[in-house]
Amino acid sequence: MTSIAIPSGMPQYDDVPRFDVARVRADFPIFDREINGHPLVYLDSANTSHKPRQVLDVLDEHYARHNANVSRSVHTLGTEATEAYEGARAKIAAFINAPSVDEVVFTKNSTEAINIVAYAFSNASLRPDADPRFRLGPGDEVVISEMEHHSNIVPWQLLCERTGATLRWFPVTDQGRLDESGLEDLVTERTKIVSLVHMSNILGTVNATSRITARVREVGALLLLDCSQSVPHLPIDVVDLDADYIVFTGHKMCGPTGIGVLWGRGELLAAMPPVFGGGSMIETVTMAGSTFAAPPARFEAGTPPIAEAVALGAAVDYLTGIGMQAIQWHEKELTAYALDALGSVPDLRIFGPTVPVGRGGTISFALGDVHPHDVGQVLDSLGVQVRVGHHCAKPVCSRFGVPAMTRASFYLYTTTEEIDALVAGLEQVRKVFD
Amino acid sequence: MQLDQLYQEIILDHYKRPHGRGLRDADDPGDQVAEAHHVNPTCGDEVTVRVATDGTVLHDISYDGMGCSISQASASVLHELLRGRGAGEAFEVHEAFVELMSGRGQVTPDEDVLGDGVAFAGVARYPARVKCALLPWMAFKDAAARAGVGVSPEVKA
Repeated sequence: MTSIAIPSGMPQYDDVPRFDVARVRADFPIFDREINGHPLVYLDSANTSHKPRQVLDVLDEHYARHNANVSRSVHTLGTEATEAYEGARAKIAAFINAPSVDEVVFTKNSTEAINIVAYAFSNASLRPDADPRFRLGPGDEVVISEMEHHSNIVPWQLLCERTGATLRWFPVTDQGRLDESGLEDLVTERTKIVSLVHMSNILGTVNATSRITARVREVGALLLLDCSQSVPHLPIDVVDLDADYIVFTGHKMCGPTGIGVLWGRGELLAAMPPVFGGGSMIETVTMAGSTFAAPPARFEAGTPPIAEAVALGAAVDYLTGIGMQAIQWHEKELTAYALDALGSVPDLRIFGPTVPVGRGGTISFALGDVHPHDVGQVLDSLGVQVRVGHHCAKPVCSRFGVPAMTRASFYLYTTTEEIDALVAGLEQVRKVFD
Repeated sequence: MQLDQLYQEIILDHYKRPHGRGLRDADDPGDQVAEAHHVNPTCGDEVTVRVATDGTVLHDISYDGMGCSISQASASVLHELLRGRGAGEAFEVHEAFVELMSGRGQVTPDEDVLGDGVAFAGVARYPARVKCALLPWMAFKDAAARAGVGVSPEVKA
């Protein structure tokens, strides 16, 4: 191997912030576990991440010491719970550089966040006095891509069915990149919203969105980015991204399940009709009708997942303490290592970008014609946890002509030794099914 | 867990060299022919099972599909076990196989009834894979009903 010197004055390799992976792993109790007599090798963080002690402690502490309902009590516990819940919102707003705390809506997960936007469109479409940006009908278009998770396909299919609008999509190239060649024809004056994945949960591709954003602005449409896979792994700045909405989910970023985020530009959230009706989302209620609270409360009907939100705030603190740039770099190095290592396995075909550029640490592959279920089962017997199946992205599987894929995905606690264990496990798979 | 309990030689043999694979028309033009297509939505495995019967005997059970070794081997075993059998007898075997797969590894299979199907006893210990093994059997049940032959009691896959 030759090494190339980076000219002085340019950012140097050693300037990149780093962290001690062994110390990070010590924060995660689950790594004490054995699986089928082997050390746990967890390569399924794109599915859900593990939780550090710091997050588990906050979750426990909340229920043990501060439990009460939020936004409706004058008593001490109620005040503490409300402060913790709203404090978590502020942490999350800072984490994604949201201009205002009120732009962060707590949801159950990314799926619910996307559905809130889709149903706001739906509700607006039924009301002639609604903001025209959200009104959809025959002749209007919604644009997604072939690379989406089902959660960013089905809500839009249903919305188009309800409103008579047309659903269109960006194709995917053979290299697993978004095919933007038809951008001008796809995103037009008829387009009301473009909803795209920021980082693919199956191909690992990180989409460069600036060309698309520029086109979306040109035609006066709105842009939603599904950041479920990017917010946990890369520094995300919503001002810099220049999207109108982003969605992400807590459990993939060291937080608990049951808590996710819809971020929207304040002015847009304020113009959107409510979706779920109930407690907390109202201004006043009479038997004749109701008026609604300002965002974010307008979109948070009912008792929210309070402890989960507070623990997500702790997860954000944890990630910030390590540094998102350091995490991004760690995963970039792992990805480069894994692409090399997997490239050495005979008969292995990688789906998606095969260079560690414009992609994250999620790698899907086929091993000869061994079905992914069988690959996953043999790997599990060796303690290696990967996801197999269609990854809630069946159109991507169809695009590459396979019913299913095997996927290894990394996070801040992943080591190169774990990637070695995967490669060794794949040898075992080949032995069973040769 | 022992991997070889799951991947018994018999299962791998049926997977690598499936018996009776491919959808076929009935030899006897008088037969009722019907098929059912089942998918496992969690993993994308698919199988189509076609039954040709005169109402008494299952003259042919043909199938096609794609999926893991367990689901595809199971289809091969299904074909082998039930083809040419009387409908009543076939449903007894069906019931025994479903019972075996629902038994969490606690059911001792009867080789006289289940033949190569006994190899799936180990699969019953892997809850995530039970559906793989049952996929062709559930498709068979639907296809047989559509071809007008009786159905064994309701089972929950």
